[in-house]
Amino acid sequence: MYRYDEFDRTFVLERIAEFRDQVQRRLSGELTEDQFKPLRLMNGVYLQLHAYMLRIAIPYGTLSSAQLRVLAQIARDHDRGYGHFTTRQNLQFNWIALKDVPEILEKLASVEMHAIQTSGNCIRNVTADHFAGAAADEIADPRPYAEMLRQWSSLHPEFTFLPRKFKVAVTGAPHDRAAIKVHDIGLQLTRDDEGRLGFVVHVGGGQGRTPMIAETIRDFLPEEDLLAYCEAILRVYNLDGRRDNKYKARIKILVHETGAAEFAAAVEAEFAALKGETAPLPPDEVARIAAYFAPPAFAAMPARSEAFDRALHDDPAFARFAARNVHPHKVPGHAIVTVSLKPVGTPPGDATAAQMEAVADIAERYSFGEIRVSHEQNLVLPHVRRDDLPAVFAALSQAELATPNAGLVTDIISCPGLDYCALATARSIPVAERLTERFADLDRQHAIGDLKIKISGCINACGHHHVGHIGILGLERNGEEFYQITLGGSGDESCAIGEIVGKGFSSAEIVDAVETVIDTYLGLRNAPQETFLTAYRRVGEAPFREALYAAAQ
Amino acid sequence: MAKRPKIFRPVAATANDLSTGAVVFRGRDGTWSPDIAAAEIAATPEAADTLLAAAQADQDADRVIEPALIEIVQAGAFVRPAALREMIRTTGPTIALPADPPPARR
Repeated sequence: MYRYDEFDRTFVLERIAEFRDQVQRRLSGELTEDQFKPLRLMNGVYLQLHAYMLRIAIPYGTLSSAQLRVLAQIARDHDRGYGHFTTRQNLQFNWIALKDVPEILEKLASVEMHAIQTSGNCIRNVTADHFAGAAADEIADPRPYAEMLRQWSSLHPEFTFLPRKFKVAVTGAPHDRAAIKVHDIGLQLTRDDEGRLGFVVHVGGGQGRTPMIAETIRDFLPEEDLLAYCEAILRVYNLDGRRDNKYKARIKILVHETGAAEFAAAVEAEFAALKGETAPLPPDEVARIAAYFAPPAFAAMPARSEAFDRALHDDPAFARFAARNVHPHKVPGHAIVTVSLKPVGTPPGDATAAQMEAVADIAERYSFGEIRVSHEQNLVLPHVRRDDLPAVFAALSQAELATPNAGLVTDIISCPGLDYCALATARSIPVAERLTERFADLDRQHAIGDLKIKISGCINACGHHHVGHIGILGLERNGEEFYQITLGGSGDESCAIGEIVGKGFSSAEIVDAVETVIDTYLGLRNAPQETFLTAYRRVGEAPFREALYAAAQ
Repeated sequence: MAKRPKIFRPVAATANDLSTGAVVFRGRDGTWSPDIAAAEIAATPEAADTLLAAAQADQDADRVIEPALIEIVQAGAFVRPAALREMIRTTGPTIALPADPPPARR
């Protein structure tokens, strides 16, 4: 993992001292709310419905056991004993007192964490494939590049006041687990014909009220040009992006209104000018940062594990867990484990302090002290020996973290919604909880197979509903919540924006409606292997619309 | 300033406590507390204007932040916000919080 250097450490500590002073001046009345609000937002402090909320950056979703333990301690000491892992691989605490924030930031700094640039019109936390450095299908680990982007974008003076917030995602595998095509910049590591490492560059994706899939503006960007090219993109956006209308200020609108070809030409022109004055990434610096992400000391293991095979045979619960939550690793004899934060009837992405500590302990013992946060609001143990999987399953089960539902109907993404969020128009967590209760039967879940349900409590789409196979958008009409269903969305390499299937459903109706969609799929799929998304793409929305609305006609 | 609705309904003043962020209501005695039952109710548009002005003065005096008037429903001594959003602000999330024991069956 990346370690702070002296510059990082000094900078973060100075920033905390500065914010401590600002908080004191606010509480004493020296600063007004109008003066203070931008300062607190620059330090990740929002005001939500019930309290201040602190959003903590988890760069590219990578955490150490020591860091997770400190998050657990903060949850216990300053919050209500839990935290919420978000779709941006961050962690949010929902019940923070303003007066406590400087102390919390000091605790975070003790493990090289902070909340800088988790708000505001700047470059936000760079996200990455949560299987980075471990996935069997990976071309290269995306995290060194995410870290370079993090360092480059942290307090970049030119890009601190962009037209709007800016999100970058990086993946190192052809199977996109980081939803790169719905980011402002999506980077995919690739190799050219000569085997050189570089990036496919996608720009202008996003969700929110105007969902768009990113345009590919470069098929191959050499590795050494990464920062110069991103700088060129940001410069074009910073100059030409709209500032007259908040809802049209994201880069996706600029790319759309300009046209991808013309936008790409503007970037290339800026890039050509920049290349004259900006040095390419120095190879020794790339190597220095990459060294922080060097693979851990994997033992040489046979690909096949007798202990794993025996547990598969002897323990049906383990077999079910292995079928969904264990994923191929690039090193023989090892596996990646998804730690589900989606037990039935609980808020997606929430973990209690005790659960965080349990994961920290399990990671320390079985996964080289490393944890990942996925944008799907689960945790990941990236490097587990296959021989240890039965023990890891037992330990996770003890902490109620072994729900065998990764990628299934109950592995729902949900934003905090109207239960917490000041922007929300409807509740989303209760809908997620009721859906998990409806589909609690594991046999049924496994029979349904791969299915991504994503729920947002407002049009800002933090719950990624646009790219849910089944998306649910909560809205409000005449004081009542209602829910719009979209079908056929996808956030992976086959990225698609879901289509609205028809008029919305009341809170009382929405779970039945989703069940109708799923039953319709089960009735029309060619074979159990034909997933919901594949079947939807084959038959279109008509059968689903008919099943949902026939009774009303 | 909040827009006055076309049909006036009684309102209370709500805000968040500056230090803790907790939801508070302006009481009849001019103090702010989490107890909506103690809130001053403005029953006329003129009283609502006065109440909002007092709440904003409290913000300017750095006691609370983001003051606003919310419509309330009264049934005898019982007072509650009219809108779901404000109900949730007043009574908390509608879900069992993760640190709680497992929720009872609905």
